[in-house]
Amino acid sequence: MLLEIFSFSTLTANIDKSLHAWMAPWLAVVTELVIIGIVFLLFYAVLGLFLVYLERKVCAIIQNRIGPNRVGKWGLLQTVADFIKLITKELIPIRNADSFLFNLAPFIVIAASFMAMAAIPFAKGLHAIDLNIGIFYIIAVSSLGVVGILIAGWSSNSKYSLIGAMRSGAQIVSYELSVGLSLLAVVVFAGTMQLSAIVESQANGWWIFKGHIPALIAFIIYLIASTAEINRGPFDLAEAESELTAGFHTEYSGIKFAFFFLAEYINMFIVAAIAATMFFGGWMPFHIGHWDAFNRVMDYIPSVVWFFGKTFFIIYLIMWFKWTFPRLRIDQLLNLEWKYLLPLSLMNIVIIAFVVLMGWYFH
Amino acid sequence: MTLNVVMFYLLSGVILTFSVLTVTSRKMLRAAVYLLFVLVATSGLYFLLKFQFLAAVQLTLYAGGIVVLIIFSILLTSHISEKFKKPETWKLWMGITAFVLGSALALWTLLSHNFVKEPGVKEIPVNMHVIGNQLLGVGKNGFALPFEIISLLLLASMVAAIVIAKKEKN
Repeated sequence: MLLEIFSFSTLTANIDKSLHAWMAPWLAVVTELVIIGIVFLLFYAVLGLFLVYLERKVCAIIQNRIGPNRVGKWGLLQTVADFIKLITKELIPIRNADSFLFNLAPFIVIAASFMAMAAIPFAKGLHAIDLNIGIFYIIAVSSLGVVGILIAGWSSNSKYSLIGAMRSGAQIVSYELSVGLSLLAVVVFAGTMQLSAIVESQANGWWIFKGHIPALIAFIIYLIASTAEINRGPFDLAEAESELTAGFHTEYSGIKFAFFFLAEYINMFIVAAIAATMFFGGWMPFHIGHWDAFNRVMDYIPSVVWFFGKTFFIIYLIMWFKWTFPRLRIDQLLNLEWKYLLPLSLMNIVIIAFVVLMGWYFH
Repeated sequence: MTLNVVMFYLLSGVILTFSVLTVTSRKMLRAAVYLLFVLVATSGLYFLLKFQFLAAVQLTLYAGGIVVLIIFSILLTSHISEKFKKPETWKLWMGITAFVLGSALALWTLLSHNFVKEPGVKEIPVNMHVIGNQLLGVGKNGFALPFEIISLLLLASMVAAIVIAKKEKN
């Protein structure tokens, strides 16, 4: 008999049933929503702290240093200490700023990343919402984050913030196109936008292998464009510290600054999780065609491990970029998108449509 | 009252409140942000109707596209200290009259319409294939011609924008 990969849907269905057993239906639904919210909040906080720690360690390794090593074992509690420091800091009010928008901006950025996170399949059956347009939904809500950045820059009433916000706006609006087109490549291969169905379609091989050259091109374009979209180095012009102090969040302090910082790291996780889901099979173990024995051995590794393993591999790639390449200038940045990436991804889409039409991929 | 109804009233309340705030706010960027809330809540209504595609289109086009462009142009043109002047009294009253008449007409039409609940109507799953076939179909219910005409219009306006923005040679 084929081994069934453990599905979390049995666990969630059990919780659902037991809640419904001793609660009114509406109360059960509300309770479930609250539980999911708390789980996501906790995950968000832990993930944020861990990613900051990881970034500092990766940076240290690349720069031949040790990195944080004093607080806790291997410096693991360093970011917790940093976080406590951040929440005890004073929130400085800006006298000539638009205080309503100034305080609203971090929440818009956080809310956008929360909404995107809800649609990511973390493991088999572990999925908050499985929309039939899943990947399109993620692209849609992640484009809301830029509004928060623009508002933050304008309402701070500071020239550095404004320039940072303008740069970030121009950058995100242009790179969104390449991100969308490169993800469209996988949608054409899989024939669906539902994330669970895209994962299922990779049961006999991940798209990066099944789609050979065009999928590889799409993946590289996605990696570059999404790094730019989350404002990370070498595309971190929006907060270029050597020229703009800290860009759009120059005037923010304490926990409000922490919100931007956290959202940036969570966005990196989301981008990596999407790449893992679309190109590397998400929680799907490494399968090769009809090698059933091999595939069954791979199924013994739990799906959560596969998902987080792939995601953190891509996060490591993105961090590697940041600490390797120097920052681009704004004209180089826009040239790269409009003159190279966008035409390339448009051509790639046409090629993929042709490849799928002729059946020239592994299926 | 089911949760769906509660959500409907909640979203409608958000839409109404922020629509009023959008037109009454005297700070330009705040008005744009209130507009963003209106558009996001509207997409919530589409999600409630389980028409997820339209909801996502609403989010990308209006919230992520148009509002971002509006905010972008505000960033380029206006300063934080700018405020709209208070409208003159007669203009204010004209606006209120237009609002009362318009909403009365809309309400009268809505309430006088006899809504019948069809028993046999099933939910039609609108998936990507249906939308794609309709959008590029040339037969009945096909949208190929409008789609192409709109893209021509878009191209023309983009060329016009470039011509306007181009610097003249000295």
